[in-house]
Amino acid sequence: MSAVAQTGVRRTGRGGALAGVWVVAAALFAVLPYVFSSGTGLTTMSLMAIMIIFALSYNMLLGQTGMLSFGHAVYYGLGGFLVVHAMNGITAAHLPVPLAVLPLVGGVAGLVFGVIFGSVSTRRGGTAFAMISLGLGELVGASALILRDFFGGEDGITTNRTKLLHVAGFNFGPQLQVYYLIAFWCLVCMMAMYALTRTPFGRICNAVRDNPERAAFIGYNTQSVRFIAFCLAGLFAGIAGGLTAINFEIMNAANVGAAPSGIVLLMTYIGGVGNFAGPVIGAVLITFLQVMLSDATEIWQLYLGILFIVMVSFAPGGIAGLIAMHAPVWRARLLHRLVPAYALALALGLVTFAGAALALEMAYRLSAGSEGGTAFRFLHVPLDAASAAPWSLAVLLAVPGFVAFRRVLPIVGNAWAATLAEARRGRGR
Amino acid sequence: MTVQALEIEALHKNFGRVPIIRGVDLAIAAGERHAVIGPNGAGKSTLFHLISGRFAPSSGHIRLHGADITGHAPYEINRRGLARSFQVTNIFPRLSVFENVRCAAMWAMGYRTSLWRAVDGLADLTARTEEVLEQINLIDRRDLPAGVLSYAEQRALEIGITIVGGGDVVLLDEPTAGMSRSETEHAVALIRKVTEGRTLVMVEHDMGVVFDLADRISVLVYGQIIASDTPERVRANPAVQEAYLGTAVAAPS
Amino acid sequence: MLELIIVSTLNGVLYGMLLFLMASGLTLIFSMMGVLNFAHASFYMLGAFFGYQLSRALGFWPALLIAPVLVGAIGAAVERYGLRTVHRHGHVAELLFTFGLAFVIEEVVQMLWGRLPVDYRVPPTLDFTAFTIFSTNYPAYKLFELLTAIAIFAVLLLVLTRTRAGLIIQAALTHPDMVAMLGHNVPRVFMLAFGVGTGLAAVAGVIAGPALVTQSNMAGLLGPILFVVVVVGGLGSLAGAFAASLLIGLVQTFAVAMNVSLADLLALFGARLAPDAFFAEITQVTVAQIAPIMPYLLLVLILIFRPRGLFGTRET
Repeated sequence: MSAVAQTGVRRTGRGGALAGVWVVAAALFAVLPYVFSSGTGLTTMSLMAIMIIFALSYNMLLGQTGMLSFGHAVYYGLGGFLVVHAMNGITAAHLPVPLAVLPLVGGVAGLVFGVIFGSVSTRRGGTAFAMISLGLGELVGASALILRDFFGGEDGITTNRTKLLHVAGFNFGPQLQVYYLIAFWCLVCMMAMYALTRTPFGRICNAVRDNPERAAFIGYNTQSVRFIAFCLAGLFAGIAGGLTAINFEIMNAANVGAAPSGIVLLMTYIGGVGNFAGPVIGAVLITFLQVMLSDATEIWQLYLGILFIVMVSFAPGGIAGLIAMHAPVWRARLLHRLVPAYALALALGLVTFAGAALALEMAYRLSAGSEGGTAFRFLHVPLDAASAAPWSLAVLLAVPGFVAFRRVLPIVGNAWAATLAEARRGRGR
Repeated sequence: MTVQALEIEALHKNFGRVPIIRGVDLAIAAGERHAVIGPNGAGKSTLFHLISGRFAPSSGHIRLHGADITGHAPYEINRRGLARSFQVTNIFPRLSVFENVRCAAMWAMGYRTSLWRAVDGLADLTARTEEVLEQINLIDRRDLPAGVLSYAEQRALEIGITIVGGGDVVLLDEPTAGMSRSETEHAVALIRKVTEGRTLVMVEHDMGVVFDLADRISVLVYGQIIASDTPERVRANPAVQEAYLGTAVAAPS
Repeated sequence: MLELIIVSTLNGVLYGMLLFLMASGLTLIFSMMGVLNFAHASFYMLGAFFGYQLSRALGFWPALLIAPVLVGAIGAAVERYGLRTVHRHGHVAELLFTFGLAFVIEEVVQMLWGRLPVDYRVPPTLDFTAFTIFSTNYPAYKLFELLTAIAIFAVLLLVLTRTRAGLIIQAALTHPDMVAMLGHNVPRVFMLAFGVGTGLAAVAGVIAGPALVTQSNMAGLLGPILFVVVVVGGLGSLAGAFAASLLIGLVQTFAVAMNVSLADLLALFGARLAPDAFFAEITQVTVAQIAPIMPYLLLVLILIFRPRGLFGTRET
């Protein structure tokens, strides 16, 4: 039902509420560096803001227009590379161009490549489009390794963001200044992409997503609707790429490759494709996990993949979809009714996960992939993967936990159905 | 001679080697309500698919207000003023009822794929959408996703999507299929109301509906039109009676 | 020159037949279930790693039999316990599921076998030179790969054209909706199709593993080419997949052998570009260097000139 929350018509007073949301967002962006002022905090938040733009641009395709792309990093990466070259060119020629406008170069690059590749790939929708996007992604990814002058091979191309024209004393040396630059662009892009969903074009994208055939019989050329959406998604991905170039001062061939294309799909989908807030949630959450989990475990990408599969199987609306689903219950002030069932399921789920994760971590220690020997720490407890005790523990946690979890699921389902029914009755009165 | 709203000339369509439409000629005047009837498998839906551009004909010509639209894409034909509904409900299931109708009105009202106008701020578009929602009696359902509507409501929405865009030639493919008697009566009144001043071409199995609504009837049998005339004369036509084995046509009075 | 042509043709046909071993399963699954199995190359990779592990324990020949069966069983289990759940959410969800699966399989393989290539060797019984063309020694193992691929191709062809099951599958290829109406146990047929398709990919993995590099990135390298094959051939067309497999196999193999660049070509006409000119880099790339991107260039060309693919009939 999240799609309805997004497409449903709200009447008067919406404009004011919307402006309020943007003011709050701007205030959050402004205040957060004072809450998380550590170096890691700043770099993580910078990355999150970039990923928000990237994921929202991806959702213009997947969530809004129903186009599943496996090659969205092409526009992100090429945008980044052109910004790096532009920065180096501007520095070399001593042109009076401030750094703050450079993301536009990335946007234009993303748009131009969107026009070029979109004209080939958007002729067809559905599965064929998905495969073609993958092929184009590989084409550009592989070309990046061949054209070493432009892409710098595996080492990449570096730049220096402090050498451009300084305006009002900003040299963009400190990460805090870069953060604010990124936050500014993030806010602008979010507002622009949200506004786009509220235009006739945004609406017809949804129509093409739902039923391309019918869209043709109400006067729309679905091919050109897909094409425009594709170009605009390229534009915003290019801006995100440009900000990445400014943030890291380096781009390499991996930035246009399969990995970022896959990650943006994962974060958008896990966040939720049916809701404008979904990709924002996904970008923040996955970036956070990337930073936190990669410190805690070597196999964090495996957990990410498993999370993705679980979401595809059981929560196709993503996290935002799950939240939106609870809105009627929340409004009826009945959310507390669900707490016991949810807490039980969560507890058992965590027990199962702890057991499974322990087994996976130990399997990793025992395998050829590990270099650190069999001794390791799990939740700060020192363990040895070569001994039998932790394996028994893993099995004792995972197997009964899973069996009990399966038993509890119907209880959760019943609690949900009963609560929702009551919430609806309450509203009817 | 005046230009016909819709003119079909020597139309043929083969699927592989199987001929489905075997030389159809038909002229429908502006403002006429025209019904196409015929036994199952006669090619009625195929004929509609050919007119509306879903299939390209194997040979022959189709003219809309005198302009050749043979083999054009569905969106081009729609932009020239032909709108159609589908036999199997064909709506936007995840969009709200309001959004379904509004999307269908956008191109015709000139908003097309505008990137710089807030769609909620377009007063004329909202007014037109609400007007049609009133006509099809779905104004109370406006914020529901179309996918959860009842069958009869979805059929009404199907008609709403078809007529909101202001196409002056309207093709309805079995608008009352699967409806109860009272629903059918309601639908007939609705169709009469919303196609006022337009050219209507409909495929229909319910002979009550056909004789109630149509000014003229064409009988399509095995890919050819065997009669095209006023309801009374079609009913009296021996060839038609033979095609129907004297069953359906005689029923309504 | 003749030597080059003969050897490249042999290698190209071999590569093409291996591609077809996988593309046939992929096409089969797509035609019957509407699912484009993104993880198909991952099952090929699992085949190679299982083959490696089993051949260390039991020898190559038992591994050649057991590994595909194991992988096929995993494939069937994935269909039964995974895809079937996702089916109700539609084809995009199914494609996403298999995408997630590919991601997870790659991570698991990395976890168990590491990121470096494993030492998967040609079995000693096949480690000799089959014949010598001019000065090139053609290894027996490659000949074995080629014969195995051709044998499986022949069996597939027989099954498809001569058996009842084959006729049902053929009906499913052209009229996917009809399978359900034939009164067969459709979920079971799907599970078997998925098992057999992934098992075929695993055979390709077991026999290609020793000749190529058995490494955790092999699925990521091959998968996209596989999708190019099915798109170029025309989605859902077995004949198209066959033609496209051979075409891409040959194109890529011949490209590797050609060491000329655009600059060389221009030089033939007397044109010479300054080495530091802006587009100079592009002109100096040799055909051999762009061999890896040849399939994708082919894809783009096909899309421009024949959007449905060589033998394609379906629009979506």
